[in-house]
Amino acid sequence: MSKKRKIDVGTMLEPLTDGIFKNNATFRLVLGTCPTLAVTTSAINGLSMGLATTFVLICSNAIISLLRNFIPRKVRIPAYILVIATFSTVVEMVMRAFLPTLYEALGLFLSLIVVNCILLARAESFASLNPVIPSVLDGCGIGLGFAMSLTLIGAVREFFGTGCLFGYEFTALVEAGLPMTIFVLPAGGFLVFGLLMVAYNVVFKAIEKKIASKKAQVPHPVDEVEIPEPKGGAL
Amino acid sequence: MPYVIFIIINAIFINNFVLSRFLGICPFLGVSKKTDTALGMGIAVIFVMSVASVITFALNLLLVKLNVEYLQTIVFILVIAGLIQLVEIVIKRFSPSLYSALGVYLPLITTNCAVLGVAVMNVSELANANILYAFINGAASGIGFTLAILILAGIREKMANADIPESFKGFPITLIISSLMAMAFSAFSGLSF
Repeated sequence: MSKKRKIDVGTMLEPLTDGIFKNNATFRLVLGTCPTLAVTTSAINGLSMGLATTFVLICSNAIISLLRNFIPRKVRIPAYILVIATFSTVVEMVMRAFLPTLYEALGLFLSLIVVNCILLARAESFASLNPVIPSVLDGCGIGLGFAMSLTLIGAVREFFGTGCLFGYEFTALVEAGLPMTIFVLPAGGFLVFGLLMVAYNVVFKAIEKKIASKKAQVPHPVDEVEIPEPKGGAL
Repeated sequence: MPYVIFIIINAIFINNFVLSRFLGICPFLGVSKKTDTALGMGIAVIFVMSVASVITFALNLLLVKLNVEYLQTIVFILVIAGLIQLVEIVIKRFSPSLYSALGVYLPLITTNCAVLGVAVMNVSELANANILYAFINGAASGIGFTLAILILAGIREKMANADIPESFKGFPITLIISSLMAMAFSAFSGLSF
C-alpha cells in the first residue's frame, strides 16, 4: 500500500477533465441516452436534468466510494441501486416542492434518474475502485459533461424547433415561419443527437491528432512530486 | 374491451416505448446489431415487463394504503432488480438453452428504464387502471419495444455492407436510422382517439 507514485496537479484533476471531454457520457460513452433524448426539447430542461443527474452522481459516487470495502461483491449491484435511488428520491422531492413547473416538464424522467446507466456505470467502474476525492471529482466531471451535452442538444432543438433559445424568442424567425416543429418531436431528437455526435467525433479526432503531434515535437517536463498512495478507506 | 384494444394499439404503435417515449434507448442502440440477439432481448423484456407491471401495481396499492408513496422509486427498482435475479435463477434451472441465449441480457434489463418506466406509468398515467390493464399495458409495451429493436436490427444487418463515412460509423448512423423510424412511427399518432 505504501507504493510511491508520481503525480502533478494535472493528474489530480484528471477525473474531472476526462469526464467532461475524453469520457463525455453522452457523445463518447453513449450512456444515459433516454433522458438525453426525452427531456432535451428545450435548453433549460436539458440543463436542469443535467444538473439533477450531476447532484445524484456526486452523492452516490461519494457514498459508494466510502462503502467500497464493506459492500460484498455479490450484492453490489442492488446496494449501488439502493444508494442511487435514495438520492434520486431526494432530488425528486426537492424539485416537486420548490420547482413545480420544472417537475412537470421533466415528469417521468426525474424518477428514472435511478436507472440512468451513467450512475451505475460510474459506480461500478470508478467509485467502487477509487478513494472518495477522485470519485467525487469523477462525478463532477461526468455530470458536468452530461449537463453540457444535454444543454447543447436542448439548445439546438429549441432553436430550430421553436425559434427560441433559453426561453428567449427570436421574433423575426418566428414571424418568418422558419421554426420546424419536427425538431422538438422524437424524430428530431434522434436526428440532432446523431448529427451532434458526428460533429463531436470530428472535432475530438482533430484535437487528439494535434495534441499527439505536439507531444511528439516538444516533450515537456512534468513537475514530479512523490506522494504516498492514499490507503483504502483512509479518505 | 375497446379500452383494452386501445391500450394495446397505444403501447405498440402510437406511443411506442422507444420511438416516441424514449424509454429503453440503451439496449435499443446497444443490442441491435443482429436480429436474433435483438429478438432474445425483446422476449426477455416482454416477460420482465409484464411480470413487473403486475407486481409493482399491487405493491403500489399497499404503499398508498400505508401512506408512504414517496418510497415508490426505491421499492419499484428493488422489486425489479430482485425479480430479474429470480427470473435468471428460474430460467437457469429449468431451461439452460434459453438461459444461454438470454444470459447476458437478463441482468442488463435492471437498468433498462423501460421496465421502471412502465411501472411508474401504470400507477401515474394509465386511466382507470386496474391490475389487468397494468398487465396488458406492460406486455404491449414490451411488444412495442421488441418491434422497434427488431426493425432496427434488420436495417443494421443490411447496412453492414454499406459504405458509410468514417465519422458516421457506429452510433451516429444508428441514431439517424432511428430518427427515420421515429418519423414513420409518428404517423401513427393520427390513430389516437
